[in-house]
Amino acid sequence: MNPVEHWQERFAGIEPGAPWLAARRQKALDAFVEAGIPSTRVEEWRYTNPARIAKTAWEPAPVGPELDRAALEQISYPVFACSVFVFVNGRYAPALSTPPALGGHLGVSSLAADPSDENLEGRLASVGEAATPFANLNTAFFEDGAHVRIATGKHIEEPLHLVFVNAPGDDPIAAHPRVLIEAEPGSQATVIEDHVSLGAGSSFTNAVTEIVVGENAEVEWIKVQREDPTALHVSEMRARVARDGRLTAHTLSFGTALTRNDGRVRLDGAGAACAMNGLFVAGGDQLVDNHTWVDHAEPHGTSSELYKGILDGRARGVFNGRVVVRPDAQKSDASQQNRNLLLSRDAEIATQPQLEIRADDVKCSHGSTVGQLDQDSLFYLRSRGVPLDEARDLLMRGFVSEITRGLSVEALAERIDDLVVERLGMARDIPEEAR
Amino acid sequence: MLEINGLRARAGGTDILQGLDLTMGPGEVHAVMGPNGSGKSTLANVLSGRPSVEVTGGSVLYKGKNLLDLSPEERACEGVFLAFQYPVEIPGVSNMYFMKSALNAVRKHRGESQLDAMDFLQLVREKMKLVEMDEALMNRSVNEGFSGGEKKRNEILQMAVLEPSLAILDETDSGLDIDALRIAAEGVNALRRPDRSVLVITHYQRLLDYIVPDYVHVLAGGRIVRSGGKDLALELEEKGYGWITDGASA
Ligand SMILES: Nc1ncnc2c1ncn2[C@@H]1O[C@H](COP(=O)(O)OP(=O)(O)OP(=O)(O)O)[C@@H](O)[C@H]1O
Ligand SMILES: [Mg+2]
Repeated sequence: MNPVEHWQERFAGIEPGAPWLAARRQKALDAFVEAGIPSTRVEEWRYTNPARIAKTAWEPAPVGPELDRAALEQISYPVFACSVFVFVNGRYAPALSTPPALGGHLGVSSLAADPSDENLEGRLASVGEAATPFANLNTAFFEDGAHVRIATGKHIEEPLHLVFVNAPGDDPIAAHPRVLIEAEPGSQATVIEDHVSLGAGSSFTNAVTEIVVGENAEVEWIKVQREDPTALHVSEMRARVARDGRLTAHTLSFGTALTRNDGRVRLDGAGAACAMNGLFVAGGDQLVDNHTWVDHAEPHGTSSELYKGILDGRARGVFNGRVVVRPDAQKSDASQQNRNLLLSRDAEIATQPQLEIRADDVKCSHGSTVGQLDQDSLFYLRSRGVPLDEARDLLMRGFVSEITRGLSVEALAERIDDLVVERLGMARDIPEEAR
Repeated sequence: MLEINGLRARAGGTDILQGLDLTMGPGEVHAVMGPNGSGKSTLANVLSGRPSVEVTGGSVLYKGKNLLDLSPEERACEGVFLAFQYPVEIPGVSNMYFMKSALNAVRKHRGESQLDAMDFLQLVREKMKLVEMDEALMNRSVNEGFSGGEKKRNEILQMAVLEPSLAILDETDSGLDIDALRIAAEGVNALRRPDRSVLVITHYQRLLDYIVPDYVHVLAGGRIVRSGGKDLALELEEKGYGWITDGASA
């Protein structure tokens, strides 16, 4: 059966929810069917072949195993005491979750808990257009997810930790996690979106996150992708930032067989700002592809992007950064940097900036670098007694510190730092047949 | 302590050391002077094991062991320390964390217990007093944005923390003001013990007023062309190298 037909057939089996949602799902499926699976002749998919995903007959993820808190702590450390919201195989797991008790300041709810909620109508799937066919697939198939609302003027001190646990079984399974974050005017919050695996097995995560940053609101969104090294992972984040609002998006990817992240931010009001920071680490035969798109639609907007990658083995990285400055968006300031460290001769990175500047009074800069570990630095460390392996690790931690320093959650920053070293080690250890 | 015989080394396709002999006993201080480009730093690099310098001949015995067989980190663990002429800046790696890793690696090799962050902080604070270094520098990235003098003090601090038995100082005095020079020299003198030796590479007599050498050597054209007592340094200061190196360099 061809992949599109496969999904059409599975669509008949889903619970569509309220009429408005059912209609939206149908529309998304139709768009998916019409577009089909893109080929690598399409520029957007030149390096990442969607056929690698489409060739598997993915089944909807079954209800996951019972998980206790200790197991959760293991795979998604650090888990924060007060507000963790857990989904296993795409479904909300209330027993593991401690929704924040913050009265009306912060609302977190499972999308499935009340899908007929008229609050959601006109909001879900309303931020921008699907960037990839997979985002349409998510809209058609998502079973559950998180809806986060931060009330006007409220500052939420504790980070909110959303954990998406992927627990593969015997069949290849697909999960479609969905997140909607709405920060009302003047509010502020940090949301961690954490994708983890419980055990290995054939799995495909297809996540979509929509973020609405209200006037003068501030959202820090930290996406951590640390699933099993053999998993497939596609994600899309679409955000709209209103006047004087600010979005800081961190996309931290720790290497799966295939990872593709699309991040699209529209600076939709004067003085809106976004920082998009990314870290990607891959080894073995892994592929990590980051596509970003910043749309300066209004004047005085600021965007800064910094993506840093470490690639080992035969890993391949892609960074494609598109910046559009519309004719009205005068006094925009956009910067984009992609810096990469290649640890082996066979690792590769393809970097492509795409700047479309249609206003004249703007500041715009971009650059990319590719290098190896600095030999003089290595020798300096070794000359003090630090063993070669440890010296390498230290330099890698140094390389990523520019990213980890930017995380407001210190305990997470430390864990990320360790993960860099651990995951590169893991990727080296994947047996040939599992690749 | 150190016995160098007929040492030859090349880097970047050039032969630099061309049969160098030097012997240092325990507890001794030796100064090596010589014109720019004569091979002084190359000698220091060979002794500490820089991979980009290729040894093409000769031997180096350190405490009776073949030094050239050891990796840079093994040499450090065995007590060889090089204060770099140009210390390297390492963005993103904290100076504190780096020094703790270094000390713990050396302590492990010596069969001593590992120091935790608190123990290390206490130790490093003590040593910092000795070199009058600002504690803020410990929390910055290794040498990043340090002034020339701060970098050199950082080298001396590392030496004080690691307590090497063979300290090689490659122009540690360059770029230091008079006070800093005295402090650096005091750092070296505090380290001195009958079982520890110091090799001082310098262009200036004034450092040798503070760290008084037992022997002074002149390196030119990749060889030691003259050796003498501390008075040789005074003579060089007065007359330059011409009278020695004429005819001696290759
Ligand atoms: N990696 C290299 N590639 C090419 N030439 C090199 C390399 N390293 C050293 N040299 C050359 O070897 C010679 C000796 O260099 P070295 O740094 O040892 O001199 P030095 O005596 O320390 O000089 P200074 O007093 O200026 O510090 C110089 O001519 C230098 O240019
Ligand atoms: Mg030199």
